[in-house]
Amino acid sequence: MLTPAIVRRNTPQRYRMEAAKCAKCGKVFFPPRLICDACKSRTFKPYTLPQEGTVVSHTVIRTAPRGFGDEAPYCMGIVELTDGTRILCQIADCEPERLEIGLKVAIEFRKIQEAGESGVIAYGYKAVPGR
Amino acid sequence: MRDVAIIGIGMTDFGELWNDSLRDLFVKAALEAMDDAGVDHIDGLVAGCMSPGLFAGQEHIGSLLADYLGQAPIPGVRVESACASGGMALRTGIAYVASGMHDVVLCGGVEKMTDVSGAQATYALATAADQDAEAFHGATFPGLYALMATAHMHTYGTKREDLAQVAVKNHDNGMLNPHAQYRMKITVDQVINSVKVADPLNILDCSPITDGAAAVIICPLEMAKKLKKKPLVKITGSAHATDTIALHQRADMTWLKSTADAAASAYKQAGVKPSQIDFAEVHDCFTIAEICVLEALGVVKKGQGGKATREGLTARDGKFPVNPSGGLKSKGHPVGATGIAQIHEIVTQLRGDAGKRQLKGVKRGLAQNMGGSGGSAVVHILEVL
Repeated sequence: MLTPAIVRRNTPQRYRMEAAKCAKCGKVFFPPRLICDACKSRTFKPYTLPQEGTVVSHTVIRTAPRGFGDEAPYCMGIVELTDGTRILCQIADCEPERLEIGLKVAIEFRKIQEAGESGVIAYGYKAVPGR
Repeated sequence: MRDVAIIGIGMTDFGELWNDSLRDLFVKAALEAMDDAGVDHIDGLVAGCMSPGLFAGQEHIGSLLADYLGQAPIPGVRVESACASGGMALRTGIAYVASGMHDVVLCGGVEKMTDVSGAQATYALATAADQDAEAFHGATFPGLYALMATAHMHTYGTKREDLAQVAVKNHDNGMLNPHAQYRMKITVDQVINSVKVADPLNILDCSPITDGAAAVIICPLEMAKKLKKKPLVKITGSAHATDTIALHQRADMTWLKSTADAAASAYKQAGVKPSQIDFAEVHDCFTIAEICVLEALGVVKKGQGGKATREGLTARDGKFPVNPSGGLKSKGHPVGATGIAQIHEIVTQLRGDAGKRQLKGVKRGLAQNMGGSGGSAVVHILEVL
């Protein structure tokens, strides 16, 4: 679901990768949470995720959900950033044959999807293989 | 807490059932279960259904189903835990009976999935993933399980053929199940060469879109002893566990922690070890899922699920038969009904009523039902007395 309210609310994490770091135990949450599942602290410090990482698993989506049909097939992966935080995102500018566990990637700001009903264009992050 | 027994079972055929509505599917399965139990009245109804709103445009089905079953004003409620909604319905009903709140409870599951287009069904199913962290980026359920498969193959040397063998084995079983949606034999080559969905998973690695319903009647064990002619089936373990629903936020994406946690609790309740279970019905929504579930249940060591499948452990004539019904892959996967259909198969096997697919000498079976990519799991252990 993609509406103007949802897009606006998620802008800090999707545009700027703003996460939350537990003030007590240091665990990083992305997207941010209100209570740390490790130490139960409710105090967090603002924290921005690093923009480089490594692919730890990957797939090629060939049957796409609503809103992504025109883009299929597209590469997708779980990326472990240099601080150890894992994110899931598309891997852009990448031929499927190039996908492998251990591939170094950089995070870039990209268009994610256009919502038909609301007309909203959603932006966010994608991983791009290192050049 | 009172001991609880299953005294009646029923299910519809699974498939593309254009003439049957959500309510009719449920009522057909429920009436069959009531007839099997020999009861004409129930004290409560729990229905597992993942998304009647998105699949059928209908919410408020607890009351709707109680009414159309001719049982209003009894309490009726729908429970939801994505694809584990059926298992959750049984567990909720057990709580009613064990606590003494109700005596005779109908626990059912239903999903009507073919009233909408394939794209709408894919969307409805994807609502079980994390909308902010997964679905937003274009992830699909096959895609999430594909990420597990890629990692499992890389870490443990699981082969593409091992994944395919899960589907081949489950179709071999489903061929003998008159309720199954896809009763045809398939080969490893056919799976590997079928249409790609999310690499490395192909269409024949995926469970289908299905209409169907299943129901069971439960009551206190002491009451069941007075009623029954058929072999009595006691529920000796009932457990539920949750986990982070976003796959990438878990410590190990190949380890189904919710299943491991629920299984540990169920084994403890039943006072048994995995080696004392005779057979299982597990949640093979995708081929890789069955491999990871074997590991999380403690049937094999971590990483060995693919090898065990290759070596025949889980075949119908193997040491630990898994999915004698055909599983989600061949029998079909009407998501809310699946957890109850698993129970239906275990009771059928324990009663010795499974016909051509009957397993020999089985006394104790386990059902594992899973929501999303493993964000929830329900495990039940049943024993014939």
